[in-house]
Amino acid sequence: MRRQIPIILAFVFGFFMLVQFFVPALTGAYETVVDWTQTIFIFTLLVGVAGMLKYHAEKVSRRDAGYGYNVVTLVGVAVMALAGLIGGRGEATLFSWIFDYMQAPMQATVFSLLAFFVASAAYRGFRVRNVESTLLLLAAILVMVGRVPLGDYISPYFPKIANWILNVPSMTARRGIFVGIGLGTIATSLRVILGIERTYLGRS
Amino acid sequence: MRADTSDQQYKYSLQRGTMPLGQFEDIIVFTSSAGMYVDGNLARGKEYYYRLRISGRTGETYSRVYGPFRPSANWYHSGRTNVLIGVIAAALLMGTFVLYGKRGGKLYMRPIAGLQAVDEAIGRATEMGKPILYSAGRGSMQRPATIASMNILASVAEKVAEYNTPLIFPNNDPVAMAVAQEVAYEGYSRAGHPENFNPDNIFFVTDSQFGYAAAVDGIMLRQRPATNLFFGTFEAESLILAETGNSIGAIQIAGTDSSIQMSFFVVACDYVLIGEELFAASGYLSQDPQVLGSLKGSDYAKLIIVTLLLAGLLAIALGYSGFLAWLTIA
Repeated sequence: MRRQIPIILAFVFGFFMLVQFFVPALTGAYETVVDWTQTIFIFTLLVGVAGMLKYHAEKVSRRDAGYGYNVVTLVGVAVMALAGLIGGRGEATLFSWIFDYMQAPMQATVFSLLAFFVASAAYRGFRVRNVESTLLLLAAILVMVGRVPLGDYISPYFPKIANWILNVPSMTARRGIFVGIGLGTIATSLRVILGIERTYLGRS
Repeated sequence: MRADTSDQQYKYSLQRGTMPLGQFEDIIVFTSSAGMYVDGNLARGKEYYYRLRISGRTGETYSRVYGPFRPSANWYHSGRTNVLIGVIAAALLMGTFVLYGKRGGKLYMRPIAGLQAVDEAIGRATEMGKPILYSAGRGSMQRPATIASMNILASVAEKVAEYNTPLIFPNNDPVAMAVAQEVAYEGYSRAGHPENFNPDNIFFVTDSQFGYAAAVDGIMLRQRPATNLFFGTFEAESLILAETGNSIGAIQIAGTDSSIQMSFFVVACDYVLIGEELFAASGYLSQDPQVLGSLKGSDYAKLIIVTLLLAGLLAIALGYSGFLAWLTIA
């Protein structure tokens, strides 16, 4: 019974989601189900936060290596929660100040690291080792030159070549991958709806 | 409702109201010769009334009130018939091969290098006495890629349980975390070592994208895993994770449903599952004939799609565009 109920629910809701795509009259019911998902997500977030607090608190109490980071996390959660509960979340509150001047810049900092990682990955990816990597390097040079104003200044053919590489060979390969991913998604969804795929249910 | 706008000295405003004698508001003013308007911004089941306001140099007048009109949705979206046919054809093919597999039919699956390397990667971590880091990225459990990731996790958990190698799995989604704990426990139980399972190693970090990337990077730099497995839905954090993993010398295997992030993984990881290989992993690792059957069915569906593409090319070359119009999704 512990496994049968989730399998039945997966079948009913999976089949409903498939059917509603072809039946506009079910749009209202579809929106209701999506609202339910949001409601359930809020509760699961509580479970997640509770689990996270327990995880970090245990590490601090055991004085595990690097437990200082766990203290920072716990303090951060407590300060944000108290700031939101006491001062509210509107403009000119402590909550929004911490968000705007601490959390958002920290997230932007991690995002900006991507520029350096792209450079190091490009260096590794474009190293000339064999015929394929040489072709990759040549294609990359042509695309990069063709996408900047300097390329057009050198020759009007560079932007045309860059667009051709992106729109023909590159897009062909991507579409092949899209078809594979699409069919893989259908096959996985079908296995879940029909109860063939049960790994996600966990312990029996 | 149609308005004859041939006489340009008049202006015609189509008005809408919810009561026949109540307030009406302009929804469109006809200033050109176009005279047809489809009112799409309506609530289903509610009654609406319409009238025309005709204004000219000498004043304005109104048409009679038309209504009530009650909008209702269709029971079938005729513009999606092509999708329906495609879904039914794919489902029939997969269903046929699932039955074939269930009845003991032999199904061959080509070796997938990325999945063959999983054993090697687990062995390496065990020999080095270091943990294995697993990430399902940013995907929620609604995404097939996350479900596929959980299938791979089941097999990985079964293997690491035998060697008692720590498996660290920081999560971005609390539901995925709960499912991952269950799936991993099942894997440890199947291997006969449920006592080795540590639920604290599968934990929720944050649902913030770059907060998650920073946390996983921190775990990599502090705990120095020998193997990183990235299977699931990844966004901009893919390269941040994979490059950090590369910098600590971990063997890395990745698979995602995003073609853009796949290219980042290709340059930063040792093995990458391309396209449908991520979804095929479940059948490859479990060798379940029913799952293999569904994969065989999707292979035949791919063959039909390629045939349709060639037929489309031929049709366009011969100047017949109806074929392309039929394949367009409304």
